[in-house]
Amino acid sequence: MISVTPQQKRLFAALVVFAALVLAGCGFSTEDNGGGSNDPGTEGITLYSGRIPAAIGPAVDSYEKQADRDVQVRFAETADLAATLVEEGDASPADVFFAQEPGAIAAVAEAGLLTKLPQNILDQVPARYRDPEGRWVGVTGRARVIAYNRDAVSESELPPSPFGLTDPKWKDRVGWSPASSSMQEYVTALRAKYGDDRTKQWLEEMVDNGAVAFPDNVTIRDAIAKGEIDVGLINHYYVAQAISEEGPDYPVAVYFPPGGLGSLMLLTSVGVLESSDRKPEAFAFVRSLLSPKSQQFFTSSSKEYPLAKGVAPDPSLNVPIDKIPVSDSSLVDLKELQGTIELMKEAGAL
Amino acid sequence: MAAARRAPLGLLAAGALIGAAAVLPAAYLVVVIAGDLSAALETALSSRALETLLRTAALTAAVVVSSVAIALPIGWLTVRTDLPARRLWAVLCTLPLVIPSYVGAYLLVAALGPNGMLQEALGVDRLPSIYGFTGAWLVLTLFTYPLVLIPLRATLRRIDPQLEDAARAMGRGPLEVFRTVILPQLWPVLAAGSLLVALFTISDFGAVSILRFQSFTAEIYVAYQSSFDRVAAAALGAVLVVSMLVLLLASSRVRGARRVHRLGPGTLRPTQPYKLGRWRWPALAFCSLIVLVAFILPVGVLIYWASKGISTGSTSLNTIAALGGNSLLIAVWAAAVGAIAALIVAALAVRYPSRVTRVIERLAHAGYALPGILVALGLVFFATRAVPALYQTIALLVFAMTIHYLPLAVGPIASSLVQLSPRIEEAARGMGRGPAEVFRTITIPLARGGMMAGAALVFLHAMKELTVTLILSPIGFKTLATDIWTQTTYGFYEASAIPALVLLAVAAIPVYLLSEQGAAPS
Repeated sequence: MISVTPQQKRLFAALVVFAALVLAGCGFSTEDNGGGSNDPGTEGITLYSGRIPAAIGPAVDSYEKQADRDVQVRFAETADLAATLVEEGDASPADVFFAQEPGAIAAVAEAGLLTKLPQNILDQVPARYRDPEGRWVGVTGRARVIAYNRDAVSESELPPSPFGLTDPKWKDRVGWSPASSSMQEYVTALRAKYGDDRTKQWLEEMVDNGAVAFPDNVTIRDAIAKGEIDVGLINHYYVAQAISEEGPDYPVAVYFPPGGLGSLMLLTSVGVLESSDRKPEAFAFVRSLLSPKSQQFFTSSSKEYPLAKGVAPDPSLNVPIDKIPVSDSSLVDLKELQGTIELMKEAGAL
Repeated sequence: MAAARRAPLGLLAAGALIGAAAVLPAAYLVVVIAGDLSAALETALSSRALETLLRTAALTAAVVVSSVAIALPIGWLTVRTDLPARRLWAVLCTLPLVIPSYVGAYLLVAALGPNGMLQEALGVDRLPSIYGFTGAWLVLTLFTYPLVLIPLRATLRRIDPQLEDAARAMGRGPLEVFRTVILPQLWPVLAAGSLLVALFTISDFGAVSILRFQSFTAEIYVAYQSSFDRVAAAALGAVLVVSMLVLLLASSRVRGARRVHRLGPGTLRPTQPYKLGRWRWPALAFCSLIVLVAFILPVGVLIYWASKGISTGSTSLNTIAALGGNSLLIAVWAAAVGAIAALIVAALAVRYPSRVTRVIERLAHAGYALPGILVALGLVFFATRAVPALYQTIALLVFAMTIHYLPLAVGPIASSLVQLSPRIEEAARGMGRGPAEVFRTITIPLARGGMMAGAALVFLHAMKELTVTLILSPIGFKTLATDIWTQTTYGFYEASAIPALVLLAVAAIPVYLLSEQGAAPS
């Protein structure tokens, strides 16, 4: 039989007492999700957010102050939240869904769970950044770009599109992140525009040319800064964020390749649930996300492109937004990601 | 006589309820699959699913074999030999269990991945890739082998030395004694530990996603993330449940109908430890290597990151304390509820073996074989329809954790019951006590050690759990694990190190208990 020493009994007893204190004393603490404010406003809408607190906090706060309402936020992976919304159906406690990736909100809309947004909301965003049927709008844009080390490469050397990075002169100098969802979305857009054969050929040539695989955008950026690689395929705002932290001497710069699908705009987007019984408040929240103040926050803090009309991108974003293509596929067909993953595996990139 | 006994009705009813609860996520899969049977069959029977299944089976087999290969020598060294500081080694070698697989995986990438720490230290251009099978195998082995080690050590302590002494007296060498006398007695516990490692491997998402191994669980997530196809995900989940049943059958075949409790009277005589002599150096080297790779290096990286995180002033102690309190709240409740539920399941299976109690025991494993996302979505489905008032409450979250990790507690409790001769209970019955009274006054007190071990294992896993917490917790409820997730999602590794270290520190308490399980006969 298992015997227990007196010390173990004491330890276990201590643990139980500690736990009891936790249970009795503080109950559980739910911190304010928005980020800072502790305004005890009246209970308001529930938001399912695929974007992390740091990315949306102040925008949520500003709505809470202005509307004198508390926003309840559930944070999780965008795809998991989409799946949760589908299972909840009409019983969902959520009023608003804020998606990090474009495919997820399209899937929720396809399941008939999103209500059509009022025209005055839709009108705030150019047509190419929203659902043709009006069930969701883009909030911010994240561009796929080429980042490079200014000490090792001059901008004039860079090719007009990532297709040029298969040139022998870039051998072993390029970093990418085949496993990240943003890279996979980019490849999906390539497939839609150039077909599977051309895309696969590019992937294979990249692998043959010694493209270095990193786990994510951040590690690519840091490797470029350290001079381990000279260029990398990443989302633009990672570099902009580092520049605003490290100062103008930061050695990494971004380059928006002008040719073809050189760069690509990926949207974060928001929709209101059909099942919501607080639709007017939910619409007000969406309007608030598209307000100049929130859009200004998104662009100045995360360096993403504001999508609402009439809001200027952060000065560091020196490529005009309409120069960056939004692939048709980035609106709905990003559900094609499965095929992309298979293609990337066949090409040896994954 | 034991087989003929009928289970008390109350116990049986409780067991049936627990079985029904544990099977809820699997029932959800059936509901979804029934909605589009042909599409589900197409996914489940596709060549892609088969390939993924084979790949996952290969990974599972590799992880099980290497876990046993690590746990067996360490277990034997720390229980039966004069290894210096063996109790310390026992604790150190159990500690890797506190490291969540997703943390272990990103630490491995940071250390051994492209442009990682090792590459920087060596100054070479490229290292062999750790992505895919190699990395997943390494991480899952290093952070789950204690699931074999813990019950193994408990069993080694309880083995009757008389057989061994007899074999030795007849002139058999130590290796031969181990092979012919000790090992046969260990098969059941090795099978039970391997089952837990195997089920952990097939349902893990953290390690395989970061290390890009396309396992069955990763495929389920792909079904959600890229095609948002719940039927495909459910069909793949159903294949996992079937695999789980196959593993259970295989494991119970190994465990078989062996009698493990002693027949002789009296208490165990303390065993004479083997003298290692010069062999203690390779033995120490082996233990050091495992502890270095599976615990000291990962924790070292975390401490290094944490020191950078503190210097940038990004963490508030109050926040960490609140997160730790929330983690503890869930883990303690899940451990308590899980241990009680597991006792009922184990007592039924061990004491009242019958077709019904066997089915209940197998059903209890259903929630552990499934990845967190399917457990969570299954409860989303049922709770929003049946008990909307409980949806996204602490109660539902604890319930989810309990059914997700129930088998972790059933194992130790069952083995403590198996080793306990049913004759004690029979004697009590013979003296006129009712079955419920015997259960309360004899079975529960004697299974206490197993219950503590089971509770500790559930506690540990509930602390580390991520997906179920993100989806089912009350809104705004954050734990250490969800905070780690928030930080790492955006590459704030330094900021994630502090909650990760706090999680490790809290989780180390039950690990200490586990490694000391049955330390000395009282």
